[in-house]
Amino acid sequence: MAALPEKTMINMLKRLIEIRKFEEKAIELYRIGKIRGYLHPCIGQEAIPVGACQAIGRKDYIISNHRGHGHCIARGADIKKMMAELFGKSDGYCGGRGGSMHIADMDLGILGENGIVGGGIPMSVGAGLSCKMDDKGNVVLCFFGDGAANNGVFHEALNMSAILKLPVVYICENNMYAISMCSADSVACRDIGKRSCAYDIPGYIIDGSDPLKVYKSVGRAVKRAREGKGPSLIEAKTYRFYGHHPNDPAQYREKKEAEYYTSQKDPVVNFKKRLLAGKVITAEEINKIEKKADERINDAVIFASESPEPDLKKFLKENKPD
Amino acid sequence: MREIEYREAIREAITEEMDRDKKVFLIGEDIGVYGGAFKVYKGLLDKYGPGRVINTPISEVAIIGTAIGAALTGYRPIAEIMFIDFTALAMDQIANQAAKIRFMSGGNIDVPLVIRTQGGVGKGLSAQHSQSLESWFYHIPGLKVVMPSTANDAKGLLKTAVRDNSPVIFIEHKMIYPVKGPVAEKEYTIPFGKADIKRKGNDVTVFAYANMVLKSLEAAEELERDGVDCEVIDPRTLVPLDINTIIDSVKKTGRLVVVSEACRRGSIASDISAIVTEKAFGYLKAPVKIVAGLNTPIPYNLALEQVSIPQKADILEAVKTIIKK
Repeated sequence: MAALPEKTMINMLKRLIEIRKFEEKAIELYRIGKIRGYLHPCIGQEAIPVGACQAIGRKDYIISNHRGHGHCIARGADIKKMMAELFGKSDGYCGGRGGSMHIADMDLGILGENGIVGGGIPMSVGAGLSCKMDDKGNVVLCFFGDGAANNGVFHEALNMSAILKLPVVYICENNMYAISMCSADSVACRDIGKRSCAYDIPGYIIDGSDPLKVYKSVGRAVKRAREGKGPSLIEAKTYRFYGHHPNDPAQYREKKEAEYYTSQKDPVVNFKKRLLAGKVITAEEINKIEKKADERINDAVIFASESPEPDLKKFLKENKPD
Repeated sequence: MREIEYREAIREAITEEMDRDKKVFLIGEDIGVYGGAFKVYKGLLDKYGPGRVINTPISEVAIIGTAIGAALTGYRPIAEIMFIDFTALAMDQIANQAAKIRFMSGGNIDVPLVIRTQGGVGKGLSAQHSQSLESWFYHIPGLKVVMPSTANDAKGLLKTAVRDNSPVIFIEHKMIYPVKGPVAEKEYTIPFGKADIKRKGNDVTVFAYANMVLKSLEAAEELERDGVDCEVIDPRTLVPLDINTIIDSVKKTGRLVVVSEACRRGSIASDISAIVTEKAFGYLKAPVKIVAGLNTPIPYNLALEQVSIPQKADILEAVKTIIKK
């Protein structure tokens, strides 16, 4: 059924499940006030980070965005430190200073989520430049949405990395909505992936609900990047099952449309079915994976709850006015 | 001691740092064969090649973003924004990204980045090429702001900037590029947060930075003939700010004139005035006097341009007024 070893596909399923359950738990905790600020769940989009991160190696980099928990988990981030950060606690990735949109882990090459739409795109050029100057064949995956693709930085960054032939794979997660603005109304061309011709680089338009398709497409772009042939643009069509954030009822979307995607294009459900049908895994084994994920996430919640608050005195001392 | 131009001193700092550390590279517009709009990079493409002197399209956001991304992954870029006015185009990357990455990451991530740019009035370049926008950067926690007034300071401070692990906005002044000054041949650096007393005096403290240091020193010389002894303090770095040297001087003189080319509204000058008034009110013999730019875009016409920013005569008048009180 596939180009990937069964064990790898099972690992991908584990990641899909872990991201889904992490986000569901985060929404639950957000609703009861344990998590404040903004929370942007990537439920419905999990196949993109999982497929993409499967296609890169340990020394490569990723750059994420405001809807970035999935990228971090797919890259192997510590979910305890992630949850503690969502709680604003001292053991969080950022010591409680960043929150949901600013998780980074340099040891894993996660150069950061971002609170500014499009904010990470120009930085990916620099990470790509580093890879080129290091000359070790490393690459950068840059994740952004359809909203960011309409920002000017998209053009500057793609043009610059194309002329410098940098090893960057631009992955546009087109979930069709920038908060409420539908990409059908905001993108002048039908497919963002087609914009690649403006930079004379390869462009791919793929089904972002299928982790294997994402893997394959990103893998091809990564290979090209490692060979020094420059960047690629991949548009992965996807859908966020929730609104922009948990309190957004997403009334700007047709009910029928949401029903179609949640019933037909659920990346977690579909991949489970596929692995079951291919006899890669049994229902019992999936249950075990789910149970294990629940346990790990509950442990993360306990870790986050028990983590101390940031040191207020230290913060005030560091920021004493002139 | 030998005397060299401000622009040469900057070039020397860059070549010394590039020779010392292979991770230092240059990126910006027209910095290749052209040598930079103010010829600071003359000859550097030949010396270091296009791999370390990266000539870019007119893409300010991408220039700064590229520099940040490289800084995050092991390099020490010096990004040039040709005119400080053009930083407006790159402001997200400067203010929301570079300035905040270390903080947002809980202190885990360094951003060793220098943004070299230049500002100021004096060449008839009008409203979009003459601004003094240092207060934008001064206002954003997470950035260091350097504004050298002499060749010696420019060289020593730029070398420190390259070695610093925080984003540094290094603001040169277009009118100082050809000004010569003594610069030691032996290697040296100048620490951030250490003001330089450019002229010692007892009667009045004049706080000035960038080109206004030069104008203030001219004014001080003239005032000396009238028997007024000015102390001219150049902070050299606005962030971090050496407030103690200013306060100590005010304690001695009891009088403070703050000179700044930028528009007065929301300026460094008004903040210095506020800090000194708050911390050393009891020592002041007269209210702090601010000599700053008008709250206007910089006009093209020479006479209009000149009255838009402080001139020597304005500084003289301010000192004479404050000394009588």
